[in-house]
Amino acid sequence: MASKARKATPKTAASVAKNAAVATERDRTPLCLVNPDGSVVKGAKLPVIPDADLKRLFEVMLQNREIDERMLTVQRQGRIGFYMQSRGEEGSILGAAYATTKADWLFLCYRELASLLWRGMTLQTFANQLFGNRQDLVKGRQMPCHYTDRAIGLVSISSPVSTQIPQAAGVGWAMKLKGEENVSLCFMGEGGTAEGDFHCGMNFAAVYKANVVFVCRNNGWAISTPAEVQSASETFAMKARAYGMPGVLVDGGDIFAMIAATREAVERARKGEGPTLIEARTYRFSAHSSSDDPSVYRDEKADQAKFAHMDPLPRLRNFLKHRELWSQEWEQSVVTKIQDQLATAIKLAETMDLPQTETVFEDVYKELPWHLREEKNEALRHKQKPVHGVVNATSSAKG
Amino acid sequence: MQAVQQKAPPMAQTQTMNIIQAVNDALKIQMRKDPRVLVMGEDVGKFGGVFRATQGLYQEFGPNRAIDTPLSEGGIIGTAIGMAIYGLRPVAEIQFADYIFPAFDQLVNEAAKYRYRSGGQYPCPLIVRTPYGGGIRGGHYHSQSPEAYFIHTPGLKVVCPATPYDAKGLLLAAMRQDDPVIFFEPKRMYRAAKGEVPTGDYEVPLEQAKVTREGKHVTLIAWGAMWHTVSEFAETLAKDGISAEVLDLRTLWPVDLTTILKSVEKTGRAVIVHEAPRTCGFGAELSALIHERAMLKLEAPVQRVTGFDTPFPYSLEHDYMPSVSRMRAAVDRTLNY
Ligand SMILES: Cc1ncc(C[n+]2csc(CCOP(=O)(O)OP(=O)(O)O)c2C)c(N)n1
Ligand SMILES: [Mg+2]
Repeated sequence: MASKARKATPKTAASVAKNAAVATERDRTPLCLVNPDGSVVKGAKLPVIPDADLKRLFEVMLQNREIDERMLTVQRQGRIGFYMQSRGEEGSILGAAYATTKADWLFLCYRELASLLWRGMTLQTFANQLFGNRQDLVKGRQMPCHYTDRAIGLVSISSPVSTQIPQAAGVGWAMKLKGEENVSLCFMGEGGTAEGDFHCGMNFAAVYKANVVFVCRNNGWAISTPAEVQSASETFAMKARAYGMPGVLVDGGDIFAMIAATREAVERARKGEGPTLIEARTYRFSAHSSSDDPSVYRDEKADQAKFAHMDPLPRLRNFLKHRELWSQEWEQSVVTKIQDQLATAIKLAETMDLPQTETVFEDVYKELPWHLREEKNEALRHKQKPVHGVVNATSSAKG
Repeated sequence: MQAVQQKAPPMAQTQTMNIIQAVNDALKIQMRKDPRVLVMGEDVGKFGGVFRATQGLYQEFGPNRAIDTPLSEGGIIGTAIGMAIYGLRPVAEIQFADYIFPAFDQLVNEAAKYRYRSGGQYPCPLIVRTPYGGGIRGGHYHSQSPEAYFIHTPGLKVVCPATPYDAKGLLLAAMRQDDPVIFFEPKRMYRAAKGEVPTGDYEVPLEQAKVTREGKHVTLIAWGAMWHTVSEFAETLAKDGISAEVLDLRTLWPVDLTTILKSVEKTGRAVIVHEAPRTCGFGAELSALIHERAMLKLEAPVQRVTGFDTPFPYSLEHDYMPSVSRMRAAVDRTLNY
């Protein structure tokens, strides 16, 4: 979505048609309140965030990064089947989550661990899901990174891209119909905007002024496919306009901008004024998933350097430094602590048994019909041994 | 068809290939021969597909014939239909069969009915390649076997190779006929199944099953990845003195009923094995066809060994997939009836 300078053209039918699809300078400029060096952008008004929260947000970012590194290693060792990292996107995800409460339902794409850590999903819940063990809240039924945790308002994550968008609109609509002020917060990737479900979700949400906030994480890539292939629109945020809702382009490396934009959107939704689409412009520093090798389709070294300024972690660190809220010892202690806690959680999750065979047949329906009772008995008569070490590395697409 | 082991023509040059390479080879051959052929789908161009089945096509044929599309299955199939009715020969890839459903309307209501509803004026020669099946720790959405939905839809042909040889020959044949084909590729066997494949052009005709093992006590019917499991199972049966005949259906619809009936009439027993859930799975149709047409030749009711009627689980997929012990119990049921 390169922005090219355009010359003024005489008004003809053709030029009007062409200009209709052109972004204005405002459309093209991401909201940014804090610069990469941690200084406040001239004239910017920062959202009010207590110091304790700022420090906590930084902690969660650090934790997220440690967890991602550790779990990818565990995946590489063949101990879990799959993992997805979110390096570089923690800030925008966290910023959006920070602007909501647990009563606000959360619909995720799959790469938004930071929002769950912020809402208080425990490391044990997290680890149990990755190992798909007996205590896993989804009973070992889903691939790693497909969490569900009703206690923190997290709805079940689904692999099929974008199915969550109209559902989130439906929840926001139901909130409105029930006269509530809760909102539903819905994440998607920029690739996900190409699916038909994006259209339905945006359209319904706008028509019924549903209590929903959409966050499009534009990290530049959908597996190997660059964002330019997903849309000829200059920005994803612009798409909101045609649906009849506000669209806001945000610098995803700036957690302050993300908090400001989401707060505004959440307030509007709570007042019943309808949905907003926020585009968080980021960069997917990590591979798509543990099955992916991005060096095949992009210049890893050059890109990592080129997009380094979009990393939200050093930016927040720099800001905290300016405010004298940061010290090396503190950061180190946070890292050490999460490493210890994670090691404990992993150990417990890994040594826990897999779910029992009969659980395969539970929750298909509320009660077990005759045919599933029969099939359950058949499965119990023919219990199989888990196939260890069948870690799939044949594809990049999983997720 | 009678052939027991379909061998390459005697003089042909062969090469050891896996299924990915065989598919890739078929695409290359046909794209070189027919300028109307193009491949399209998510990550299929520059990257060569997440399973690498379209590797090298972008480099050889350029971005207009190896096309990276937006992430939209409805868009991929809908536009591929447009290309097909306009005279191109699109081969669309759906990254995982589990993700074919956003395109369900386009396939079931559109591609399948174009020829019919236009009174034959608009044929729709569209190929949809898609990896299917479990056993790769893929959970609900990287494991399903949705063939029955499409077999149930008049107007679609459904093909599912098990071996590299058949994958190449069937895909070449599919690309040269004029009806829409859903081409299910057994992803668990993508790299695991290796075989000698002619490097040149050849076709394996659609609508012909293959007797891959001759036997006299029971007919085992399978396709795709399960054919491999069933073939190994047949060898263990032999050690116990049970002689199983194994059928690889290769084309699921229209199915080669002649070959099936011939075998079942000989053995008097049939066990159908598939990964998809039992209820309304393709095994149900096969069982009905056999009972309707060979009732008096049967020594026992036809048995099915299938995935259970639950979503495909992650941690317990070993309990879910048709196992050798369940197959053995089914064979015993037919023998001891
Ligand atoms: C309907 C559907 N089609 C294809 C896939 C395979 N797939 C998984 S993730 C992905 C790319 C998603 O990209 P994007 O929406 O930008 O999210 P990101 O991975 O960048 O966070 C694809 C094609 C899928 N999960 N669902
Ligand atoms: Mg993306």
